[in-house]
Amino acid sequence: MIVLLYLLLIFIGWINIYSAVYNENHKSILDITQNYGKQLIWIATSIILAVFILFIDSKIFSIFSYVIYGISILLLIGVLFIGKEVSGARSWFQIGSFALQPSEFAKFATNLAIAKYLSSPNIKIKYLKTKTLTVVILGIPAILILLQPDAGSAIIYLSFLFVLYREGMSGNIFIILLIALILFSSALLFNKFIVIGALAVIALLFLFFIKKKRKEIVILSTAFLLCAGFVYSVDYVFENVLEKHQKDRINVLYGKTKDIKGVGYNVNQSKIAIGSGGFLGKGFLQGTQTKYNFVPEQSTDFIFCTIGEEWGFVGSSIVIILFIGLFTRIIFIAERQRFKFSIIYGYGTVAILFFHFIINIGMTLGIVPVIGIPLPFFSYGGSSLWSFTILLFIFVKQDADRLKTL
Amino acid sequence: MKNTYSHRKYVVYIILGIVGTIFILRLLYIQVINDKYKLSASNNVLRYVTEYPARGLIYDRNGKLLVYNEAVYDLMIVPRNVKNIDTTELCNLIGISKEMFIKKIKKICKYSMYKPSVFEKQISKESCGYLQEKLYKFHGFYVQTRALRKYPLPVAAHTLGYISEVNPYIIEKDKYYKPGDYIGKSGIEKTYEEVLRGQKGVKIKVVDVFNREKGSFQDGRYDTASIAGKNLYTSIDADLQAYGELLMKNKKGSIVAIEPSTGEILALVSSPSYNPNLLVGRIRSKNYENLAHNKLEPLFNRALMAQYPPGSTFKPVQALIGQQMGVLSPETKYECHGGFHAGSITVHCHNHRSPLNLKEAIQYSCNTYFCKVFKTIINNTDFKTTQNAFNVWRKNILSFGLGTKFNDDLPYELSGNIPTDKYYDKYYGKNRWSYLTIISLAIGQGEIELTPLQLANVSAIIANRGYYYTPHIVKAIGNKYNANEKYKDKHFTSVESKYFDSVVEGMYLVVEAGTGRWIKMDSLSICGKTGTAQNPHGKEHSVFMAFAPKDNPEIAISVIVENAGFGATWAAPIAGLMIEKYIYRKVKRKNMETRIINCDLISKN
Repeated sequence: MIVLLYLLLIFIGWINIYSAVYNENHKSILDITQNYGKQLIWIATSIILAVFILFIDSKIFSIFSYVIYGISILLLIGVLFIGKEVSGARSWFQIGSFALQPSEFAKFATNLAIAKYLSSPNIKIKYLKTKTLTVVILGIPAILILLQPDAGSAIIYLSFLFVLYREGMSGNIFIILLIALILFSSALLFNKFIVIGALAVIALLFLFFIKKKRKEIVILSTAFLLCAGFVYSVDYVFENVLEKHQKDRINVLYGKTKDIKGVGYNVNQSKIAIGSGGFLGKGFLQGTQTKYNFVPEQSTDFIFCTIGEEWGFVGSSIVIILFIGLFTRIIFIAERQRFKFSIIYGYGTVAILFFHFIINIGMTLGIVPVIGIPLPFFSYGGSSLWSFTILLFIFVKQDADRLKTL
Repeated sequence: MKNTYSHRKYVVYIILGIVGTIFILRLLYIQVINDKYKLSASNNVLRYVTEYPARGLIYDRNGKLLVYNEAVYDLMIVPRNVKNIDTTELCNLIGISKEMFIKKIKKICKYSMYKPSVFEKQISKESCGYLQEKLYKFHGFYVQTRALRKYPLPVAAHTLGYISEVNPYIIEKDKYYKPGDYIGKSGIEKTYEEVLRGQKGVKIKVVDVFNREKGSFQDGRYDTASIAGKNLYTSIDADLQAYGELLMKNKKGSIVAIEPSTGEILALVSSPSYNPNLLVGRIRSKNYENLAHNKLEPLFNRALMAQYPPGSTFKPVQALIGQQMGVLSPETKYECHGGFHAGSITVHCHNHRSPLNLKEAIQYSCNTYFCKVFKTIINNTDFKTTQNAFNVWRKNILSFGLGTKFNDDLPYELSGNIPTDKYYDKYYGKNRWSYLTIISLAIGQGEIELTPLQLANVSAIIANRGYYYTPHIVKAIGNKYNANEKYKDKHFTSVESKYFDSVVEGMYLVVEAGTGRWIKMDSLSICGKTGTAQNPHGKEHSVFMAFAPKDNPEIAISVIVENAGFGATWAAPIAGLMIEKYIYRKVKRKNMETRIINCDLISKN
């Protein structure tokens, strides 16, 4: 079932790249000089990889988890020194005419390592030691990727929070993150003193309704101070810590900039492209926005635009449902695993894929700031296709061997 | 395996469901419900039309318009959109041959298929009219309006400068410019480019399959308005400038007139000059080539870029420095019997009575006097060596704005030349030169070189009795009252103002009863100094510097006429007429005027 969904998504992704990059001089979808031809090569090799994985004993993955993780860390360190510099970041190894992106491979490697660690006996997420080590396992690749710098790829390590949650980490972390997000947005949209003022009002209201015991008051005051401090610092952090393009993207999201020719350009073009699809879309190869190259990066980060424009509401909804279907299926299968390693790995897989899904499509729809990460199975790119394939099929293999054990 | 947290999977399912729903709802909004993003079924496309703002106008000091804009039309093409056009008809409409058409198309396609390129520059207004009607038939073509400069008064060509299309080098350096844009190439069009050009705007239009504009995208919500360029108010007096160009007709040289109390340049004439309307639009390249090959070098701005030895006009400066350095006073007298003799060197002087004091030496332009003054400056034992004395003398000279550029608002100026001791060391050998070797400096000859602008500035310094404002062209930017703050600093020379009185008096006597007496006017006190600059390539240059009136001067001027002989013969009358024109607004001395205007020194040489 998963395999079916996988193949379906890849195929749809492939023909969409064809449309996005369509060049009248190279009409054949098999033309290797164009991205769509190249994507076919990647697809073919991915399928070979998948089959290969299916033939290996699944235990190998759990045994070699740390080794694979270690190799990926070495690659991440290596790329900082001998990687090719592209647009101010060293993220790629250049081998002949192919480029390899280690941060993509680090995704499944980290998943393996986390799964292995958290499934070790006597490791419970409740313990401080466990928490710390988990943060380390996640943190090392994240920081190395941040050094490239590639903030977009580094952010996806946040997705592992899902895995931790499932394994017993307190759900409070999400509530805290949500509150932080709300505070961050308010601080950007409104004057920070107004926000702090509103917080004060809320705190006072709370004061009315709770038991006026010493302990509660202390907790409330501390919480208020932390929130106020956070709000206050947002300004500073926003101005001094974030890079200009990151600031711009956030500004565009909150409607603070309407810069249609600059940073807002991508998002606006993306929304236009998708919006112009209407209910049924304009038809295959008929997307004018994508055809006339109004949407930048349309075969990679903004590939969803082509779907939106050419297949309309119906088509794009179907793609979304397909993805959700894939994710649901992965969770369902993960739940019936007999080994903790497999369950955790499965959650990690769905977390990573889901995170990419949210951010990429959210970005094209204009509800998430522009963060350059690919849409799994759709965006053009060998490294990403291979790594997502490996990520998924290790899990498929785990499941296939489910009944074979003991 | 049992998991104590297995109920949490439901939370995850719910999150998946929520996100999926949010996305689908958002899609619903963008694609189905909200018409704003939806373009109509006939395949509408957005076109970004650059709005070019009006380039700033340029006025003279009295509000007369010197430069304005005239609309022209470029035919633009986006190759990718071109489909099935009747090339013959199009060629006829534009007026080019089919071969030319194909050649152009090929070249443009090689550059880019998607980006707009200029297909045909500046089509005439009439063609444009016919073309606009039929343009819907030709996919991929559209008309872009541009503005060219027009000069109602054909004066001040060098100062105003001209604009031309940007070349690829500029485009690479500055992202503001796109192919087909214009940029100032010389004069104040260049130095004030950023002020004059304003800011381009963008109008986003919705275009249908027939390439017809159907309206603004989202009612212009995403348009950026263009910002018009700011106007420039120059200090040039158009009448005076025109008069100066008339007087310099058929002569080579320049006139520079400055208002001493502000440093504003009233007129900047370089002759021969050219009609600025020649370097506009389609005819520009051809005319530029012709002008560039003209032996008389009309494109060369002599006022800023020609360096001349000042000759006797340098004597007042020597007089000032001599006083400042303590070796000279107004009462100092020297004898002169036809020349200055020292060793084997003789510097000749013309006939005049003897001895002369400082004032009289200026009045009669006595070479001997100033050679002797120079000797006392350089041989002053207080300085121990010739070198030291020379360096102090040189430093004083530099404070008059000489030997360096002004770095004002006109581009391409030269700095003139005041030789250094190192130069003489190299040429003659260290410690092997004395005041005598360099005696020609005493009378403004030798290695000293000034530009006409620097000479006029010297005149302004004397008029002010000791200081100057950096000479500049632009008085105000944007509106008349928005004064240009950049040049408000007084620059003091190293000579105290008390030493200026005798020099001013001497210059007054030059015109009253001295070498410049032909230009004397009863109603106006003019101070001046003649100069006849020797020139190794031919006849001497006629030089004159002046200011008027003597007290509370309104104008300081320098005139140089190349290869014309005595300063008194040509440069002085030109200066005199310019002064009369500026102060009285009209000239009564018609004989002098006619003689000057009709004189053709270029064909004589």
